[in-house]
Amino acid sequence: MIELITGFFLVSGAAFMVVAALGLVRMPDLPMRLHATTKAGVLGAGLMMVGVAIYFGEGGVTARAVAVIGFLLLTAPVAAHAIGRAGYFVGVPLWERTRSDELKGRYDEKTHTLASPPEMNESSPDDEPRR
Amino acid sequence: MFEIAIIVANVLLSISLVLGFWRLYLGPTLPDRVVALELIASLTIGFIAVYVISSGRTPFIDVAMVLALTAFLAAIGFARYLEKGGHREDD
Repeated sequence: MIELITGFFLVSGAAFMVVAALGLVRMPDLPMRLHATTKAGVLGAGLMMVGVAIYFGEGGVTARAVAVIGFLLLTAPVAAHAIGRAGYFVGVPLWERTRSDELKGRYDEKTHTLASPPEMNESSPDDEPRR
Repeated sequence: MFEIAIIVANVLLSISLVLGFWRLYLGPTLPDRVVALELIASLTIGFIAVYVISSGRTPFIDVAMVLALTAFLAAIGFARYLEKGGHREDD
């Protein structure tokens, strides 16, 4: 029974890894690739470590497997955010069919700080109806 | 049955590794390659999980832990390098 559950977790985690790798190859631009690899990759690795924890069923192994999952869940979003931010500042081109780039013209290229463009400071956001 | 599950997991991870290296080769920009390296680190954690189960050597879980943290440090380092001193893509 334990082998059956472990095998299920291993194979499903590996399947999510394949989904992540397919997204990495097939997605057209950097933010979409980040979206595919970060979420599916962390889910895949986490499922496989859950399989390890279930298979051995000892306190020490389970604690270390949970620690690995915790580190993955803590670090993957931060790393993805840092890479995506750096990619945007470096000027990686977005997909040609991207509908809207909300950050365009709103960050200072020298100081890397975000601000509203000058014409937006005069009218408060409440005046404009949201589209 | 269980051996088949381990083989299937290994095969799926190997396919993912090939796809990850394909993106690492294609690029086209440095952040894309960093994303590919990040995924390859996750894949290595998966390989370690399969190896720990198939061989019963539980100390290798520590390797997975260290690998997760090292991959995080590498990604942060690349991101800082790109932001502070890298070249611009559209210059």
